[in-house]
Amino acid sequence: MLQYPESPSTVPADITVQNVLKGTGYWRLVWSRLRRQPVSLVATVILLAIVFVAVFAPWLTPHNPYTTSSLNRLLPVGSEGHILGTDENGRDMVSRLMYGARLTLLAGVLPIVVGIVIGGTLGVLAGYSGGWVNTLIMRITDVFYAFPPVLLAIAITGTLGTGMGNMLIALSITFTPPLIRIAETVTTQVRTQDYVEAARISGADTASIMRHHIMNNVMGPILVYATSLISISIILAAGLSFLGLGVSAPLAEWGLMLNGLRQVVWIDPLLAAIPGVMIFITSMSFNLLSDGLRQAMDVRL
Amino acid sequence: MIAFAIRRILYAIPILIGVSLFVFILIRLVPGDVVDILIPPEAPRRVAEDLRARFGLDQPVYIQYFTWLQRILMGDFGISAFNNRPVALDLFVSLGNTALIAVPAAIIGFTLGSILGTLAAFFRGSWLDTIFSSIAIAGVSLPHYWVGIVLVAIFSAGYNLLPAQGMAPGGFPTTWQQVTHLILPVATLSLIPMGVISRLVRANVLEILSQEFVPALHGKGLLNRGVLVHIIHNAAPPALALMGLQLGYLLGGSILVEAVFNWPGSGTLMQLAIFRRDIPVLSATILVLAAIFVLLNILVDIMQAYIDPRMRR
Repeated sequence: MLQYPESPSTVPADITVQNVLKGTGYWRLVWSRLRRQPVSLVATVILLAIVFVAVFAPWLTPHNPYTTSSLNRLLPVGSEGHILGTDENGRDMVSRLMYGARLTLLAGVLPIVVGIVIGGTLGVLAGYSGGWVNTLIMRITDVFYAFPPVLLAIAITGTLGTGMGNMLIALSITFTPPLIRIAETVTTQVRTQDYVEAARISGADTASIMRHHIMNNVMGPILVYATSLISISIILAAGLSFLGLGVSAPLAEWGLMLNGLRQVVWIDPLLAAIPGVMIFITSMSFNLLSDGLRQAMDVRL
Repeated sequence: MIAFAIRRILYAIPILIGVSLFVFILIRLVPGDVVDILIPPEAPRRVAEDLRARFGLDQPVYIQYFTWLQRILMGDFGISAFNNRPVALDLFVSLGNTALIAVPAAIIGFTLGSILGTLAAFFRGSWLDTIFSSIAIAGVSLPHYWVGIVLVAIFSAGYNLLPAQGMAPGGFPTTWQQVTHLILPVATLSLIPMGVISRLVRANVLEILSQEFVPALHGKGLLNRGVLVHIIHNAAPPALALMGLQLGYLLGGSILVEAVFNWPGSGTLMQLAIFRRDIPVLSATILVLAAIFVLLNILVDIMQAYIDPRMRR
């Protein structure tokens, strides 16, 4: 079932190399490596295209995504004026998919951003302080690991009540623990490196050690890991809307569209499958991008 | 070994307490309580207060927690707020139904994933590797509930070969007719474990292949088949452990697939409870599924330590 990507607790970044010397050149290096991987490049282009469509949806859509038409219900793919047909209420599929990209991306990406901010902070705090602070934060994280992610997300939205807001809260809580873990693992490893010790002896204060050594080392693994988390978050967010726990009708969201077209498989299977294809392409692109980043940054998760 | 097992079990106790606290806090966060659901809003305040006292809701929160926990530990999960039936009864039946699709799915996913992963590693860099690795990455990026719908479109709507929904009456499947209802949900569920396990197995087998004992075995004159036995021996423990976890994920996360196939399992029970605002059923299901997941984790750890003594630390 949907789950956090492969174990974040094992050896992450190559922390024996001093990232502080790489400076801005490091990201240029990552980009130049990424550029040479055709698969990652394609994934990046697809994602940029989806983001572009999502941002400029109001100017790009051929029809209003909410205009229903009982005369034009379930027009097949390739109909005149409706390239991808119309849904069960006669609304244009292309327009709804374009608007759907907005909510699906938002519901997939925002929880991970929240997770990076909260999880990253708590993880670095736990790893850097050690002692009881570490024990406290990590044992509480363990409790959240006692839930399969799908169960955790559904437990929270289910009890708090359905809706977009509660879904975002639930997904943020679901995806924070793995980010805490990975930040903690890397920080603990970096903290004990000789160059950190050397920096401290030569008079660097905690803030600059944090900025130059900890942050520079933590960001790589977190970014790689977070990218693969987004692919799961998108599937899960669309899944929650599919169950009726997230975004509610008549808003356009891929999971919700899939739910609306469920019974249509008996009439026009191709039409019913389209929203799922979009979820798949988006999720897959994030996964491939994550794999590419992992290689480009030489992060071993 | 026994010391390890005991330590592992003891370590799970604070986790389980944490889980129960989390579920309890979740219930407390719900707007309104049982009494608000049971009586109309225009009922006199005295009636509401009497009822609250009867449910123990007038007690301090920590006492409420302990009474709640005590009841659950004694197997009393309360009464459904929707149909007045004991929660434990429905929960037990639906958990069995979920296991009916989750266990075969885990086994199929494990078998297929191991085969794909091993082959991909052996033929590293060839077109076979590319295909198998693509299948694996698709397995983890596919929205599985959508795959379920696609399977229904092909096998039920398209060729009318398999039933699209529900479970055949009669409990544990014995006849072919009953088994046909299992095929599509099990196939859908097995997708993710297949992808995850084949990715792990591929990485592990590649690592084992790069170790020195492999050319050494070849050098001693062992044939490929003989070397394969050694490799499987080394690759099996982590893959088995992952399968145990996968089973936990399938049991706890089958709700989306159950929704597609109207399968009367624990996920469907949860979904119904959510829409009926049936908090006793919802909280009990969450709690039991999480507890099962924790126990499976312990079992996996102990099993792994049994196979591989290096794990007993």
